[in-house]
Amino acid sequence: MRHGKWPLIVTFLVPPVLLYVFFVVSPYLQAFQISTTDWLGYSADANPVGLANFTTLWHDDYVWNALKNNAILLALVPVLTIVLGLFFATMLAMGGRKGRAGVTGVRGGALYRTVYFFPQVLSVVIIALLWKEVYHPNKGLLTSAVHAVGLPSPTWLGDPATAFWCVLAVMVWSNVGFYVVLFGAAMSAVPKEIYEAVLLDGASRFTTLRRVTLPLLWDTVQVAWVYLAIFALDGFILVQLMTNGGPNFSTDVIGVRMYDTAFGSETKFGYASAIGVVMFFLTLSVAVLSLRVGRRERIEYS
Amino acid sequence: MTTLDNPAPAVTPPTPAAGRDRPVRRDLGVANALSHGFLLIWGLLTVLPLLWMFISSFKTNGEILADPWGLPGALHLDNWARAWTGAHIGRYFLNSLVVVTGSVSLTMLMGATAAYVFARYEFRGRQFVYYLFVGGLMFPVFLALVPLFFVVRNAGLFNTWLGLILVYAAYSLPFTVFFLTAFFRTLPTSVAEAALVDGCGHFRLFFRVMLPMARPGMISVAIFNFLSHWNQFLLPQVLLQGDESKWMLAQGLFALSVSQGYAGDYARLFAGLSIAVLPVLAIYVAFQRQVQAGLTAGQLK
Repeated sequence: MRHGKWPLIVTFLVPPVLLYVFFVVSPYLQAFQISTTDWLGYSADANPVGLANFTTLWHDDYVWNALKNNAILLALVPVLTIVLGLFFATMLAMGGRKGRAGVTGVRGGALYRTVYFFPQVLSVVIIALLWKEVYHPNKGLLTSAVHAVGLPSPTWLGDPATAFWCVLAVMVWSNVGFYVVLFGAAMSAVPKEIYEAVLLDGASRFTTLRRVTLPLLWDTVQVAWVYLAIFALDGFILVQLMTNGGPNFSTDVIGVRMYDTAFGSETKFGYASAIGVVMFFLTLSVAVLSLRVGRRERIEYS
Repeated sequence: MTTLDNPAPAVTPPTPAAGRDRPVRRDLGVANALSHGFLLIWGLLTVLPLLWMFISSFKTNGEILADPWGLPGALHLDNWARAWTGAHIGRYFLNSLVVVTGSVSLTMLMGATAAYVFARYEFRGRQFVYYLFVGGLMFPVFLALVPLFFVVRNAGLFNTWLGLILVYAAYSLPFTVFFLTAFFRTLPTSVAEAALVDGCGHFRLFFRVMLPMARPGMISVAIFNFLSHWNQFLLPQVLLQGDESKWMLAQGLFALSVSQGYAGDYARLFAGLSIAVLPVLAIYVAFQRQVQAGLTAGQLK
């Protein structure tokens, strides 16, 4: 060898590490420090207040309300998305069951997969703005469809009773296609003989899904769960653009709380960072918990 | 890599007992119709809002209000013109293109070099630095938002495209490094060893041999990064607040939606959204396999 390995390691590693530490690691660390001050932003005046921000937070009803909404999202969005994703992926992979123990993909499966994936390539902003129009109480697609059937239409995002569920529906809508493709890819790695054997034994589709597909796909489902849980704890942009937490805080989520606290009418950076720190630990524990609870033995097939 | 093609048709095994054959088949007919029904319904749910947006972009505001489901009486292309120039969507589109080109290039360069070192070289502290990068995958950006705002401002990068490019690249490194490290590890070591024996330097080895071999992985992750940078909203909203002429496309669309609330110009909003959606959908349909592979592969590893 003419040169040692060190020149390359240094030139290749130092710039990315510097960039990453400067813009990613240091802000995360600073968030912890700022969360223990009463800093109001633009002045340099930040006094250490210990854990006072966290005490205030504990008694802040708006934060609890937002957390409650996040908890509902956390309970529903991953389940609904994964169930629908598995269902459609199964349909696409095995919908074309032939009478004689052949397992084939449904006709037009490639087209379905293409279309289902559309929301995934669209920006959250576009999804939020588009659905805001779909839900529009006068000219919206949904409202006029309901009127056409002759039913009175709710005001969707304008009503505290329905707004939250409308936002939740959009979250599921925008994620399902991705998981159809993800689960589909995982299913195509399962040897076809397994399904044919199950079919010969006379198992119904539902049994096949529950007893065969799900265990074989467990790793993928688990990863999907973690990602969707993190997504449900965030949900920030969608809510901010569609309802900004309203009406009457019925769709508020913790991300919107934090953003408003930091960049809203007041710039309570100390308090906002405290909310961020709480979210940090919540996200971390949810991720670790879902990985722990869902642990099973890996299935390998050769 | 995951391939997402239709599974090849199965080889039909020998016929099972003939007696069971008939009832099974009738049952399957119903189930097949049902499954097609469900698939079709979800397909419509996905396409309808987009189609509605596209069709409405050619209607007048009167037509949109009177009959949301109707077709336009004539193709009102002036909506598109109002969005493109009047609402500056054209300018924002180009701004986004410039920034995203810069940020994706930077991400790929830094991500590939770092990943290559992690995959191919042994040194003390390698594990630590690697996990420092990959750990970033776990946390949403907005948790670091407040301090990030000040980091960027103190560096004199507030309201600049350069600042945005650097931040995009920094926050894309975890996934890029994670994905490409795994990819470089799958490449055969024998080629690299042979090149080194032949007197090829370490740098030349990377640029001439390893990087070309890593092309499929690079393309997947570049598409992934392109989409996530192109669709970014939170970072420009915080880091590029002031100067309207520098805005990204997402910010322009948001402003358009807000102003629509006052002006009542729905057609312009739909045209603006269509302008933003069409190129992305076109790229997606053209490079479908790579896009789907790039977006899903990270989760499968």
